[in-house]
Amino acid sequence: MTKLKIGARCAALALLGLLATRALAQNNEYLIRDAKIVTVTGATIARGSVHIKDGKIVAVGERVTAPATAKVIDARGLSVYPGLIDSGTTLGLTEVSSVQETRDITELGDFSADAKAIVAVNPNSELIPVTRANGITTVLTSPRGRLVAGQAALINLDGWTWQEMAVKQVAAMAMEYPRLSFGGGGGGGGFRQQQQQGGDPRQAALLQVEALKKKLDEASAYAKAKDARAKDASLPSRTTDLVLEAMIPVVKGELPVVMQANTEAEIKGAVELADKYKLKLIIGGADQALKVASLLKSKNIPIIIGPVTEVPNREDDAYDRNYAMAGELFKAGVRFAIQTNDAAYVRNLPYEAGTAAAFGLPREEALKAVTIYPAQMFGVDSMIGSIEAGKMANLIITDGDPLEFRTNVKQMFINGKPVDLTTRHTKLYEKFNARP
Amino acid sequence: MKRIQFTLCLAILAFAATQALAQDSGEVLIKNATILTASHGTIENGSILIRGGKIAAVGKDVTASAGARVIDGTGMFVTPGLIDAHSHTAVDGGVNEGSLSVTAMVRVRDVINENDPNIYRQLAGGTTTIHVMHGSANSIGGQNVVLKLKWGKTGEEMVVTDAPRTIKFALGENPKRAGTPQQNPFGGGGRPPRYPATRMGVAETIRGAFTEGREYLQKWDAYEAAVKKGENPVPPKRDLKLDALADILRGKLLIHSHCYRADEILMLMDVAREFGFKVQTFQHVLEGYKVAKEIAAHGAGGSTFSDWWAYKMEAFDAIPGNAAIMTHKGVVVSINSDSNDLARRLYQEAAKTIKYGNLTEEEALRFVTLNPAKQLKIDHRVGSIDVGKDGDLAIFNGHPFSIYSRVEMTLVEGNVLFDRKQDLAHRDQLAKEKKALIDAERRNAGQPQPTQATPAPPPTEEEEGEGHHGHNNQ
Repeated sequence: MTKLKIGARCAALALLGLLATRALAQNNEYLIRDAKIVTVTGATIARGSVHIKDGKIVAVGERVTAPATAKVIDARGLSVYPGLIDSGTTLGLTEVSSVQETRDITELGDFSADAKAIVAVNPNSELIPVTRANGITTVLTSPRGRLVAGQAALINLDGWTWQEMAVKQVAAMAMEYPRLSFGGGGGGGGFRQQQQQGGDPRQAALLQVEALKKKLDEASAYAKAKDARAKDASLPSRTTDLVLEAMIPVVKGELPVVMQANTEAEIKGAVELADKYKLKLIIGGADQALKVASLLKSKNIPIIIGPVTEVPNREDDAYDRNYAMAGELFKAGVRFAIQTNDAAYVRNLPYEAGTAAAFGLPREEALKAVTIYPAQMFGVDSMIGSIEAGKMANLIITDGDPLEFRTNVKQMFINGKPVDLTTRHTKLYEKFNARP
Repeated sequence: MKRIQFTLCLAILAFAATQALAQDSGEVLIKNATILTASHGTIENGSILIRGGKIAAVGKDVTASAGARVIDGTGMFVTPGLIDAHSHTAVDGGVNEGSLSVTAMVRVRDVINENDPNIYRQLAGGTTTIHVMHGSANSIGGQNVVLKLKWGKTGEEMVVTDAPRTIKFALGENPKRAGTPQQNPFGGGGRPPRYPATRMGVAETIRGAFTEGREYLQKWDAYEAAVKKGENPVPPKRDLKLDALADILRGKLLIHSHCYRADEILMLMDVAREFGFKVQTFQHVLEGYKVAKEIAAHGAGGSTFSDWWAYKMEAFDAIPGNAAIMTHKGVVVSINSDSNDLARRLYQEAAKTIKYGNLTEEEALRFVTLNPAKQLKIDHRVGSIDVGKDGDLAIFNGHPFSIYSRVEMTLVEGNVLFDRKQDLAHRDQLAKEKKALIDAERRNAGQPQPTQATPAPPPTEEEEGEGHHGHNNQ
């Protein structure tokens, strides 16, 4: 091969490379055309278009134009919805739930405020594509199981690295109110354990409440000292404490706290803490929220409920207690989002919301509980949760209502990029369905 | 407090029983509904007549006698009562006799708890028949029982007496876990690990049991032959465990084997060939899609989950298209619950399979009706809406495969045992009754009580727990 030929080849390759780059640049722009557009926050557009560019929704409406270079997606007969959001998961932090080595959810020690979920999110988890396939684009992934379990992250379900996945690396502090009492047959593992260990469980729980208050006091004092020193360098500096450092945005009311609290007493206790320490409180679990609905409403405290399909705790609970709870909370004016509280089953989020709708929650509200409401809770409703110009292009193209079992997600965009919808499951299906 | 709950439970039961008794006879006509028969398609604007607990007529033109109870099915969808081929509901106490790896002698039928509120909750989800199984801790577990959810009756009255007897086997991680000390869920407190600890050991445990069972059977056969000849032989020593194994070899006790991986599924079929028995149904069978051809050739059914996966290592290759592939390759497939949650919404679980595997509506409906009936060999009585079968029906307010639908009424043998309207209407009354009972208890709190021993707390409910829902992440 002559040098000339090699030179020509190189030039050709360079040209190809250039073209490819150009093509990529052009592919950044999309026009989804002739779809039914369920915007969630505005009116539904019976037939319209969505223009996407550089990761963002540029325009939505009946008449939207885009440059000829934009890639056109003909969505006649299909619908566009915002990507669904699960407000409580451990996705990316666990792979096989019974294999401890694959779980990064619960750190040692009661106060792990400095533990950040985001750094342990595995972008290559097999659970992620499986979740996406049912229309979920974004989840809160959270440490669990400690009074202060750590920092929950809000992640998009696409990205080569966890940095790329992060919508908000630190979206909330995950906390758990000590378990005070337990009714009925189910639940109460911690309580039982304490019982088996022979101590007085109520006394132990109250001590934990005191420990939690003490930690919040320390964090408040730490924040105050730090602020004071920032203003006056002559003041003595404190030794840096990473746990208290992580609590500063909590006690300043800047970072939402998702505090797991289930019984009436626990929820009231959590609200008292929020009042005392000016916490930006979200209640997680909130099993008995209906008993304190007026309190939650008057203080405008949002809650995260679910799974809706959990079996009722007490043997004399109404059979549909948990199915119907969302509808009743709605009637009572309590703000809520719906979670799966899971990892492998986050894909069933649409069915959690839909089941609530089967038992009294208006359908539009069910959809909002897995789109715009969680976005509001985590302070990202200007970014995600609906189809609006200026928002991150997280959306799905479906052949129907995404909460319905038989609906297929045909295409998904995360951060303005089309996302592959094949999964470990579809690959295994194809492989073995073709077995001779 | 326990006493209050118990009393309350009795009150509810008494109420339910009264309801049941009030309708125990005569005719029921459901008219003008969409009927999903599960055997012969859909009938629009159809009617079903139940007489004496059996379906007497199905179709467009059905008339009932003057005294019949008429249920207006306008806008409603009717399916056969749903059947759960893998349940642990209504078992009093633990579901695992986990002290040995072969416990073929124990019977679930002996420990039915007819007061389990899950019976009612499942009725409220359209489920009418359940296969209540021994747990999966043992290679060869105990004998199962098939129940109709006749809420308000005794456990013995719920038993489907003409269902063939079945027995639980288990392969893979669960039976070998007891052999792994750090994971031993049955041992704790220093109990030594239990053989087997590997899949190799599970296979040999089963071969060992059948080797013994076969010799026992031969002894009895020889004894009976001698009796027939008029001799006066000494009978072999009766052994209840070996009786069960011999019954498997005689084809009188049907195997429902818990399994996950393809290798262990093939292993059990291999052992079955060696000893000349059949596996009636593979349970869970999450990798059934990999060896569907072999399962179909053996003639076994597959009873699986709609979408469970990733809760243990052996479930990491589980796919939601499993039911579809097995169906495509000729296996009779059902979707089961293995949980008190999913047993309340088997219709939803069936609905999911359509999308994941390109199935028809009727194929999916059969997963929770006719097919589990076949797997349990009770399809002569239940599983479809056909004349002559039991009047077991679920009535939905919309298509059962829509997420927005729910069950409005459930009938077992013609008796309405769940009625959502009635359930809602009686909630206030129950709340008042509960309050009255609690108040009475409080008033008595100061009174001297007759001394009695405090009863031991009930054992922790150890759900069979393939670790699906809720807080397994915590």
